[in-house]
Amino acid sequence: MKRVQFNRLTSHVAPLLMDDVDTDQIIPARYLKVTDKQGLGEGLFAEWRYDRQGNTDPEFALNLSQAQGAEILLVGRNFGCGSSREHAVWALLAKGIRVVIAQSFADIFRGNALKNGLLVVQIGQSVHAKLAEMVVAAPSTEVTVDLASQELLIPDLGGVQFAIDEFSKRCLIEGLDSLGYLLSAETHIRKYEASHE
Amino acid sequence: MSSPKTLFEKVWEDHIVLQETGSPAILYVDLHLVHEVTSPQAFAGLEQKGLSVSRPERTVATMDHSTPTLPGSLAELDGAGAAQLRRLEQNCARHGIPLYPWGDAQQGIVHVIGPELGLTQPGMTIVCGDSHTSTHGAFGALAFGIGTSEVEHVLATQSLLQHRPKTFEISIDGRLPFGVTAKDLILALIAEMGIDAGTGHVFEYRGEAIRALDMEARMTVCNMSIEAGARAGMIAPDETTFEYLAGRRFAPKGRDWDRALERWRDLPSDAGANFDRRFTLDASRLSPMITYGTNPGMGIAIDGVVPEPESLPASEERQALQKALEYMQLEPGQPLEGQPIDVVFIGSCTNARLSDLRLAAELLEGERIAEGIRMLVVPGSESVRNRAEAEGLDTVFLAAGAEWRRAGCSMCLAMNGDRLGRGEYAVSTTNRNFQGRQGPGGRTFLASPLTAAASAISGKISDPRPLLARRRAR
Repeated sequence: MKRVQFNRLTSHVAPLLMDDVDTDQIIPARYLKVTDKQGLGEGLFAEWRYDRQGNTDPEFALNLSQAQGAEILLVGRNFGCGSSREHAVWALLAKGIRVVIAQSFADIFRGNALKNGLLVVQIGQSVHAKLAEMVVAAPSTEVTVDLASQELLIPDLGGVQFAIDEFSKRCLIEGLDSLGYLLSAETHIRKYEASHE
Repeated sequence: MSSPKTLFEKVWEDHIVLQETGSPAILYVDLHLVHEVTSPQAFAGLEQKGLSVSRPERTVATMDHSTPTLPGSLAELDGAGAAQLRRLEQNCARHGIPLYPWGDAQQGIVHVIGPELGLTQPGMTIVCGDSHTSTHGAFGALAFGIGTSEVEHVLATQSLLQHRPKTFEISIDGRLPFGVTAKDLILALIAEMGIDAGTGHVFEYRGEAIRALDMEARMTVCNMSIEAGARAGMIAPDETTFEYLAGRRFAPKGRDWDRALERWRDLPSDAGANFDRRFTLDASRLSPMITYGTNPGMGIAIDGVVPEPESLPASEERQALQKALEYMQLEPGQPLEGQPIDVVFIGSCTNARLSDLRLAAELLEGERIAEGIRMLVVPGSESVRNRAEAEGLDTVFLAAGAEWRRAGCSMCLAMNGDRLGRGEYAVSTTNRNFQGRQGPGGRTFLASPLTAAASAISGKISDPRPLLARRRAR
């Protein structure tokens, strides 16, 4: 049960400096009529990325040239609120995003991301403000995310620690599907069921 | 004597299968609800790994998100939507999962049919690939939305990996005034707390105002817990709960019922139980609520005015409000009462139960909706539809000029073809006013069924209280 592994990554940063970005914005419901995970990148931020005629809106943050090829997305607080749709995570991954840095994440989005190898990094307000200022002023600024040491390496700011639960970290580094852990606990689950009939 | 526990702690601890150091808890799932949109990839994952469904008898499926609300129009559904419905049918048949498909007399929105079939019971753990699973917390169940990976986990093992959330006591004291409903209560709470106040927490709604609500109103409150960021929202079971459940199809019967009652009576939080956080709201000072912006926290009393961005402390908040008002095409400082609208939608897992439809019909009886207004009434389930029709509510809606539809999520998230046109304004009894939620370019004002009905009659956002007072004086 191998999944996408995550260890260390260096990339420039696409800034989408907004709070409360809901999963309806990350991928609108009309893109959810699928039975697989293919083609979801098309729907990513569809309301914002395209104009009414369906043309790319050149002013939207992720359409700017500086955002192209970025594997790190920098957002504000409460990213991924609203609907539980995991399609939001699949759409971000389909567009090449591997890390989202935010001041905070909504619970369901956080869980969905970590189960798919999309690393979510929560940082404090002051570091966030400095990083945002830096990547807006110098779009080529590269940030390194090191999962083993739980550290962001930001030019001029040095290493910034971030928290992640031990279990998710282990799954990400070893590329494990957490379902494996549940399956290995089958005896315990059967025992629980037997005692709760 | 063990230390006092909250309702959440009792349900949580009763469902722990295993808790190892360095790993999240393995939590047993009593009831897994499934719908067509968030399940196909989970079933596919299961099959790729050669796994089967562990407990099909603890799994229940329905079709709600993509289903048409006009009779006989499945063929008119776009190919992708129809394919999703067919896939659910195949998956349920292959794995022996009970399904209430489109056209079935019990079909409906997953969070409406669970309670009405008596599947939702106090003390249970309930999950579904849908954030509004929090609805079922109204029965004292621990119920929350999960992603598709987790849907696969539950299908495969009937359990989930969970980090223990924190507890948050929400005390609602006093009584709701005349014309103020559970929907207004929860919109006011979210407006006061903010849309991420509940992150990492499970709410327990308590207090006089909550105890006074019937089960359908409690479901409306718990439904929108997620809009305040909470993992789940719970209400302790009481006589109101038991009365609602008694005799329902899947509720325990006979001696099993007596034994269940005994267990359920132990569930309420013990006196002196400790919550990680607390918030208090006085219900008696609330008014009907209406939202003005693009998230459910952007709400005001119906006689209030749209806030001025300058009044907000942080520059991010000012920008967010400006952006929302630009999308909504509203001016800071303007009143919302009297704002012309195009569409009224009564429906969704928040407000499409029989009591919601009765409230709307009470105002609409003998009235006509305003010229040029399109009004959709979409019952939460086929059972709600049948009961409403038995009471003649359909006649009231149709005579008023509204459309009376089949059950489903419909225009709440606009997946089935029912949607707002670009730029249209809607008063909607749903749960989310996110940009484009009810159709690309559509603009949503969230409100109660009473406010929605009053607004349909006048063609503009209207306070329902004067009309309701005239009705009740008769």
